[in-house]
Amino acid sequence: MTINTLAKGAWHREQMASFRKMEKVIVAMQDPDMGVKMRNQRLLITVIPHAMTGRDIIDWLIQKYNICEEEALHVGAMLVRYGYVYPLKEPRSLVLRPDESPYRFQVSQPPLHPPAIYLAKKNIRKQGELMEYEKERYSVLHKRINHTWDFVVMQAREQLRASKQRRKADRIVLECQEQAYWLINRPPVRPLLLYSVVLDYIETCRRALGRNRVKSSICLEGFVKYSEQYLNHDPIMQGCLPSNPWISDDTAHWTMNAEVVPSPTRLRVERWSFSFMELLNDSMGRREFMTYLEKEFSAENLCFWQACEDVRHGENSRIIEKVEDIYKNFLAPGAARWVNIDSKTMDKTLHGIRHPHRFVMDDAQMHIYFLMKKDSYPRYLKSDLYKNMLAKAVVPQETKKSVFPFMRRQRHASPSPAQAVAPEDGQAKGAGQAGTNSAAGSQA
Amino acid sequence: MACQGLQSGETLASLKKESDSLKKKLEEERGKLNDIELHQVAEKVEMLGALSIKTKRLLKGHGNKVLCMDWCKDKRRLVSSSQDGKVIVWDAFTLNKLLTSSGDGTCALWDVESGQLLQSFHGHTADVLSLDLAPSETGNTFVSGGSDKKANVWDMRSGQNIQSFESHESDINCVKYYPSGDAFASASDDSTCRFYDLRADREVAVYQKDSVIFGASTVDFSLSGRLLFAGYNDYTINVWDVLKGTRVSVLFGHENRVSRVRVSPDGTALCSASWDNTLRIWA
Repeated sequence: MTINTLAKGAWHREQMASFRKMEKVIVAMQDPDMGVKMRNQRLLITVIPHAMTGRDIIDWLIQKYNICEEEALHVGAMLVRYGYVYPLKEPRSLVLRPDESPYRFQVSQPPLHPPAIYLAKKNIRKQGELMEYEKERYSVLHKRINHTWDFVVMQAREQLRASKQRRKADRIVLECQEQAYWLINRPPVRPLLLYSVVLDYIETCRRALGRNRVKSSICLEGFVKYSEQYLNHDPIMQGCLPSNPWISDDTAHWTMNAEVVPSPTRLRVERWSFSFMELLNDSMGRREFMTYLEKEFSAENLCFWQACEDVRHGENSRIIEKVEDIYKNFLAPGAARWVNIDSKTMDKTLHGIRHPHRFVMDDAQMHIYFLMKKDSYPRYLKSDLYKNMLAKAVVPQETKKSVFPFMRRQRHASPSPAQAVAPEDGQAKGAGQAGTNSAAGSQA
Repeated sequence: MACQGLQSGETLASLKKESDSLKKKLEEERGKLNDIELHQVAEKVEMLGALSIKTKRLLKGHGNKVLCMDWCKDKRRLVSSSQDGKVIVWDAFTLNKLLTSSGDGTCALWDVESGQLLQSFHGHTADVLSLDLAPSETGNTFVSGGSDKKANVWDMRSGQNIQSFESHESDINCVKYYPSGDAFASASDDSTCRFYDLRADREVAVYQKDSVIFGASTVDFSLSGRLLFAGYNDYTINVWDVLKGTRVSVLFGHENRVSRVRVSPDGTALCSASWDNTLRIWA
């Protein structure tokens, strides 16, 4: 939600979705068979019928939605905060206590009724002559709060009758207040569907129909493979060596993995073999690859690629100058570091250079990129240069937290947030810890 | 595309009909290669254990709601912006190109140095709330999400809308690419997050739970893409198993809406920004 759209009343739209869901919860809670236990609650000397205890509400939420106590307290707190359920004891304190404190369902649902009643009154007064968006909103509200619609109409009639008896000045003030409320919460008026918008959409659809799609089984398998490959590189999943700096306050992990180090870690060098992009994204990897290419007398390819990247991501003002340099060094006949591009791409590029722009080198850059990827990169991975790099790569020692040995959670790698335990549903979650440092999840 | 007014009510109606039937045909086409669901493929993957993620740092300093943040390339510094009008750099940070989304329904590509508008992207019929650049080899596309419930994929050079997904039931507040660039996730006011496969051209997972009632405002992936962190308007962060579609963990702690979550570049921590004026680092 941007701040701008908030002002335009989109807040109303955003909240409606949540209120609809909360209503579903309330309706389920009120089910005579499967709902929350209702009983007569004693409040001092009076007996309140059809009330529920905070404890019952929490237990019901836990059971119904398969969640832990902490989350049930959280959801319950929302129901009270938004007025769907209210406390009988200390009515000003809108909290849900997980004890014998009595609560009741709010009969008039606060978030929805003001606009509904306003519209109902207007409808009655103007005998059906509402504006288009008001009619729409009216029927939407009607559908949504159908079960209390009679109540809404009754309230509207009551309010109209009462207002007739009020002093004129008071009536005017009230009307203004309501109009102001409605103005803030009215849904933004959608512009008429323009020709161009529909035509655009049709064209997008047509293009989309002609798209080449890949079978789901192949695509989805790709995600499984990717997460498996990167599992050991994901500190939140597997921890990292020597330790996660955020947990242990030891920055050794960052020092060892700085951009330039005398000897990179094993995980880092391994990652270069995952994809050509991984190799190029790492400055050390790029340097190593350049060394290899120099031995093969094809270093100009990588230099060319880097120069093109510079054009793409650099300042607008220097594009022309950079493109000229590239032409001089890599593309001109007899250039010192001439790159081998197919004639079609070369022609297109040379033509484009006459009016240089940010993306003018894209085709040529792509060509060289895929050349390196298909040819030089696989051979680099098989080369002695890479294999030696891998062999002498560092595997950091796990840093043991000697100060608090009894808090050690892992035997192998440094504290790993993920453990092989039973699934979420069957677990007993630790009771919410006091203060703001709580997180769900058990520890070994 | 030149803007034309209505030529005749009839023409627009027939066009609308054509667009609706095309939409239906497109859905059918997308369904043809749908031979398996993600959670079925994920059945053979080992179940995740409970995650033990806690707040490791609490960054106080903003005087009002923190709206946005991002990490610096050096993995530990970050910048945040707030409604108090300040941008706090908890360290240094630089950018050369800036991609913005706008309340006028367009996305714009700017050259930061010259302040020039390079390219404009039209196609959303309402506010564009979020966008993300693709981490792919060709690196020329980005995805945007808007109040029109649509997520669109764009080509930066041609300005063309390449792909479009419309399955959310309410505004899309945030979109983020999967690390490989083959998919992206979205967070919406309909209290769900969804996962879209770009090669299969369809939605492949919905992350939702009955007890999750409030809208999701922000998402980000863990480094391996196995976990999806999502921040919600009820002040919580839910952690989802991307492959199995189940929720792994809930993070409590913020005292107001979570406006932004971002995993650090080396994946060691998650940062969350909130309307409670603080940022939290989780690890």
